[in-house]
Amino acid sequence: MPLLKLQNVEKYYGNRSSLTKAVNDISFTVEKGEFTAIMGASGSGKTTLLNCISTIDRVTAGHIFLEDTDITKLKGKALNKFRREKLGFIFQDFNLMDTLTAYENIALALSIQKRSAKDIDKAVKNVAEQLGITEVLEKYPYQMSGGQKQRVASARAIVTEPKLILADEPTGALDSKSAKLLLERFSYLNHEHDATIMMVTHDSFTASYASRVLFIKDGKLFNEINRGGDSRKQFFDKIIDVVTLLGGDVSDAL
Amino acid sequence: MLFKISLSNIRKSIKDYAVYFFTLVIGVAVFYVFNAIETQTAFLNVSDDQREIIKFLVTAISAVSVFVAIVLGLLIVYASRFLMKRRNKEFALYMMLGMSKWKISALLLCETVMIGIGSLVVGLLLGVSLSQVMSAVVANLFSADMNDYRFTVSGSAITKTIIYFGIMYIVVMLRSGVVIGKCRLITLMQSDRRSEKITMKNLWLCVIVFIISAAALGYAYHLVGWNQMDLGPKKLLIAIITGAVATFFIFWSVAGMLLRVIMSVKGLYHRGLNSFTFRQLSSKVNTTVASMTVICLMLFLTICTLSSAFVIRNSMNKQVEDFFPVDFYGEMMWQDKDDQPMYTDIDKFYNDQGLRLEDDFREYHKFNIYTDPGFTIMGYIGDKTGKITDDYGSVGHMEDYRNEMIKLSDYNALMKLYGYKTLELDDDEYAICATFTGFVSIYDMLLEDKPAINVFGNELTPHSGKTIYSYVRPSMQPINSGIFIVPDSAVDESGAGTSIVVGNYPAGDKNELAEAERNARENWEETRKNIFAERHTSGMMVHMETKIEAANDAIGLGALVTFLGLYIGFVFLVSCGAILALKELSESADSLPRYTMLRKLGVEEKEITKSVFTQSAIFFLLPLLLACLHSYFGLKLGRFMLSMLVSGSLVKPLLFTAGVVVLIYGGYFLLTFLGSRAIIREQK
Repeated sequence: MPLLKLQNVEKYYGNRSSLTKAVNDISFTVEKGEFTAIMGASGSGKTTLLNCISTIDRVTAGHIFLEDTDITKLKGKALNKFRREKLGFIFQDFNLMDTLTAYENIALALSIQKRSAKDIDKAVKNVAEQLGITEVLEKYPYQMSGGQKQRVASARAIVTEPKLILADEPTGALDSKSAKLLLERFSYLNHEHDATIMMVTHDSFTASYASRVLFIKDGKLFNEINRGGDSRKQFFDKIIDVVTLLGGDVSDAL
Repeated sequence: MLFKISLSNIRKSIKDYAVYFFTLVIGVAVFYVFNAIETQTAFLNVSDDQREIIKFLVTAISAVSVFVAIVLGLLIVYASRFLMKRRNKEFALYMMLGMSKWKISALLLCETVMIGIGSLVVGLLLGVSLSQVMSAVVANLFSADMNDYRFTVSGSAITKTIIYFGIMYIVVMLRSGVVIGKCRLITLMQSDRRSEKITMKNLWLCVIVFIISAAALGYAYHLVGWNQMDLGPKKLLIAIITGAVATFFIFWSVAGMLLRVIMSVKGLYHRGLNSFTFRQLSSKVNTTVASMTVICLMLFLTICTLSSAFVIRNSMNKQVEDFFPVDFYGEMMWQDKDDQPMYTDIDKFYNDQGLRLEDDFREYHKFNIYTDPGFTIMGYIGDKTGKITDDYGSVGHMEDYRNEMIKLSDYNALMKLYGYKTLELDDDEYAICATFTGFVSIYDMLLEDKPAINVFGNELTPHSGKTIYSYVRPSMQPINSGIFIVPDSAVDESGAGTSIVVGNYPAGDKNELAEAERNARENWEETRKNIFAERHTSGMMVHMETKIEAANDAIGLGALVTFLGLYIGFVFLVSCGAILALKELSESADSLPRYTMLRKLGVEEKEITKSVFTQSAIFFLLPLLLACLHSYFGLKLGRFMLSMLVSGSLVKPLLFTAGVVVLIYGGYFLLTFLGSRAIIREQK
């Protein structure tokens, strides 16, 4: 049974006279332990799709199943509970609480689940070690570099051991070195901890760390490639080929 | 164009400006209502005495209005500066687009004028309608009928309000012009970046500062709470300054400690949104230490002023009944050149004029106060002088003050007239009556040892170990500082001095009463004139008081303190509430992204609301709590100072005060909480 299953998902904006089909009939499945990247040019609808999966936005039609829950049917408290317990978010602009230290930011995700202080401490230290941020735990976001901030945000996303980690352009605000470091951490989490990650990006390099890439154009699924036994470099070349095929201009691809 | 931009600006930031506008409207309304009292009461059918009192009230209110205007002016300047800071980014944008500083100042001027005119119009409308209620309140206070009531608008109060507030608005305009003129583009653009830094104060420094300020506060409390007799203006000033400074440092150190203390309790800190809530709160308190101090002190003043005013108001009317149970009281005292009393007789002076006391009164009692040169106050206190000095400060210079005595038969006749319990004494006994709180306790202390006294050669022992709570001379207040009651047989007529008459008029209804009052007053006045005409003047003191006069005074004093208390209290409470509300609301607007993030993390809406509530509640409660503590000791002093004026209990006045505080301060809290909730809900 797949972990995530999208069935004819549609998302429309606007009214009858000017209708924008941001997501137009997309279906696919994600297995547990997969590291999926969704690629597409600006405005292709990839972020909208992620927002629908993350329940931040609602679909116009279609169904999204996580395990056996239809998340398009969730409302109010159940929705919050689902978001809190099943999902982990990583945003382009980190979205860290600037008033809290790194430790407290990570702990917050646990404390809103009403975990005990002892559990929290253990979990935070554990995840900090995995992501290599133990030494910045007592720092505030403004004292950290972009890469550190994003790793703290990632730690906050995975500390609750969610079923699915959703990342929206996680490397968007990072320099290439920090981006590489973060993505290697993602691979590590994916391989060693069997974490299921779904990442939206327009950057081929970032996407090449995934095990599978979905391409979206004008709200539709355009192509899909799997890494299989390829090295990351070979996979990257393959991605570039598809991007060229997609017709997105060079700046979009890089 | 400029007008359009500023209009849309106001509309855009309506949430920020709502509290400001609301406060201005209340300020204008309160200012109008109190200044319109003269016009509002012109139609009332009250006596000349009461008219005089209202006149005095009006004068007092216009004097206080200057002070009120200064407080409101400071508030408005603070609020406008605060709102302007929040728009730094907007100004930066205008400047980058090439708008000159003059233009921006003109824009601000436009806005201020619009808000000013708007608040004046709305506030005056509200004030005019509220002042109609005020008419009824005044009429009720003076027991006047409202038959001639008509809707009144006070032109003079409107003019005054417009002038006072106009000046405030002009100051605001000038100030914002200066601020814009001085500011630089780069600082404007970076203005929101500075707040990101989180400064943690040194914990141990905070603890030390807290302990020192708590000790200083304790010292100030001790100064005003105990040994009030010893409290000169100098010491009072020291207590006030110590208290104010300590208040500041208490907030300063609490701001630094609050978070640390809660953080140290891991189970509490990492529960739900607590870490977020207390971080928010701590940063808020940290940046508002000075305002918190001012708010705390204003709340303290409000609580003390209001409850004292209510104490006076509540007990005044009742006191006239309790302490002035007869219609008329007159006293004639003749002193020799050593200020010692000589024999006087009111009857004699009346008869000289061909007047008779019997004609003026339905029932009356005339008696003399006796003194014995060998029986002085210092003699009675004796070796306990030291103890009294320790407890109450100095006893003053009364070395040759003789104790006043009254014959038991006179005393009992008076008690019958007043409607109080009579007294029985054995021939070798005496008793003391007093109502002045301080003296009652002194006599109680002295009577513990059952001291014998010697008057006119008779040895007398105390009837009981307690002072009798009663009085001889009627008065508006409990100010009987002690009179000895002795058996008739112990008195030597050579000791008779001051002559006193108390009595009731031969009248039934209100008109007859007024007639009798006028009569009695005229006769007394004629007698007085004659005494002074006959050159008995040296050392002669003639004094009279009537119940009607006392009742009027009581009403007047009650009304005066109530109005002034409410006036100042309203303005203070509104100012406190407005400052906190502005701070909290803007903070909520700034924190909007944080709440959005919390939602993304899956936090329940209920939890978020709870967090907002906790933040606002603690923010509002902190200064109030300390103010309550201040007030507890402040009122101890207040009670002592009031004890020579009134004898009422503090419970009801405190409840009244709490009601007013809850209504206004609590109202601002509610407004803030609801506003904050609306702000953080906006982006859904």
